[in-house]
Amino acid sequence: MGESAASAIEADVAIVGAGPAGIAAAVHASGAGRRVVVLDAAPRPGGQIWRHQSRESLPGVAREWLDRLDRSGAVTFMSTGVVDAGPGLRLGAEHQGRPIVVHAGSLVIATGAQERFLPFPGWTLPGVMGVGGAQALVKAGMEVGGRRVAVAGTGPLLLPVAAALRRAGADLRLVAEQATAARVLGFAASLWRTPRRLAQAVAYRAAFAGVRYRWGTWVVRVDAAEGELHATYTDGRSTWAEPVDLLCAASGLVPSTELARLLGCAVVDGGVAVDRLQLTSVPNVYAAGEPTGNTGVDAALVEGAIAGLAAAGRGDEAGAYIPARDRHRDFSLRTVSAFRLREELRRRVGPDTIVCRCEDVPYSALRPSWGARQAKLATRAGMGSCQARVCGPAMQYLFGSAADSVRVPLLPTPLGVLADLSESGNDSQGADR
Amino acid sequence: MSLLVQIRVNGAPLGVPGGSSLAAALLNAGFTAFRMSVHGEPRGPVCGMGTCFECRVTIDGAPGRRACLEPVREGMAVELDG
Repeated sequence: MGESAASAIEADVAIVGAGPAGIAAAVHASGAGRRVVVLDAAPRPGGQIWRHQSRESLPGVAREWLDRLDRSGAVTFMSTGVVDAGPGLRLGAEHQGRPIVVHAGSLVIATGAQERFLPFPGWTLPGVMGVGGAQALVKAGMEVGGRRVAVAGTGPLLLPVAAALRRAGADLRLVAEQATAARVLGFAASLWRTPRRLAQAVAYRAAFAGVRYRWGTWVVRVDAAEGELHATYTDGRSTWAEPVDLLCAASGLVPSTELARLLGCAVVDGGVAVDRLQLTSVPNVYAAGEPTGNTGVDAALVEGAIAGLAAAGRGDEAGAYIPARDRHRDFSLRTVSAFRLREELRRRVGPDTIVCRCEDVPYSALRPSWGARQAKLATRAGMGSCQARVCGPAMQYLFGSAADSVRVPLLPTPLGVLADLSESGNDSQGADR
Repeated sequence: MSLLVQIRVNGAPLGVPGGSSLAAALLNAGFTAFRMSVHGEPRGPVCGMGTCFECRVTIDGAPGRRACLEPVREGMAVELDG
């Protein structure tokens, strides 16, 4: 291997993503005696749900899994972004300006989920951020003490985020859930089947008791005036504005499927299609947790275990996890249905509303009849740094268009790193797949 | 409590708690605009997890680094164009 060439690593099982699914996969594949490599863009393992500065701050189950990962013998590469993947199972990655190549017998895609951000007037203003985004930043040290904060979004994530913001000292003004009261109450009633989830929801609500929590309510616009943000909300009958220092606004989660799509894995209803052992449509490529559309940490842990065993050639030992996986899948489907996005969210955009934040493409420049590819060619929408991770799901929702193919590199990558990855045997640079 | 770490932002020294992300540290210090968009609008952190690229800054001369993925480090030199 030459000085400038990428470091090449051989592994039996490569795992992308060090959240609960990736950790469970790593622990089980290592336990089966395989050489395991885990790659993740974050500085520490744990994913979004177990993001931490010190492990003491985490719940017991998280500490236990992180300890198991430490002891597993799996080699973890943190602060490492996967930028390319190709047949023969070869991953190209970047670690602080240096290229890393992994050759693996099998791959587990455990890339988690990202928030769905839908455009509305003012959504690009500093001070408007995601719901999970605000939670992630608080875990990373952002101070919210005494600041006026509102949360407007949807789904089970709203409650823990509101509770965490309140605990961090935020002056929490409003928690707005876009789903109707009937849907939310129907969903809550269905939780009798999983009493632990119900108890958890009640505890989260208690943690921000006294704060307005409104169903069937959403943000329609944000305006900046005299250094202050004013958020306008509606419940469909009345519309009102309130000043806010930090508005946390998102529309649920979408599976992160870029790597899976790059490898050609079939995606159905937004999630990577998998069989009973988490195998995707591509041989030796498995997916676990949020990318499959099965949401939440419990689902991620069992899917990770199944995928890790199967990727290690021990699929016959995964049977015990399958009933739990199927129960979680049923719960995920009920969640998606209960928190379906309302039509009105589509109608918030005005002609000048930015849709593609990287390239500043306004709504008026886009045509509903265009697919993602045509939008890209005509306006550069989706061509920027985020590679359509934000505007892609937004345009899919606004226009009902299908997701576009993904391009290499998956993340903006220094040219020298790309050249080194290319030199070490990759012929797919710049390819559209 | 984390010890303070000394960084520089646009040339000016700033003491920030060690262990925090650069994005969190900059927000705490009152920086809201991390970069200017192609049409010159200020932008700041959104997703907090590395997908939206709105918090990108120049760190030690390397442009386009996502502040939400970078732990603060002693002596780090940060340039914002916001």
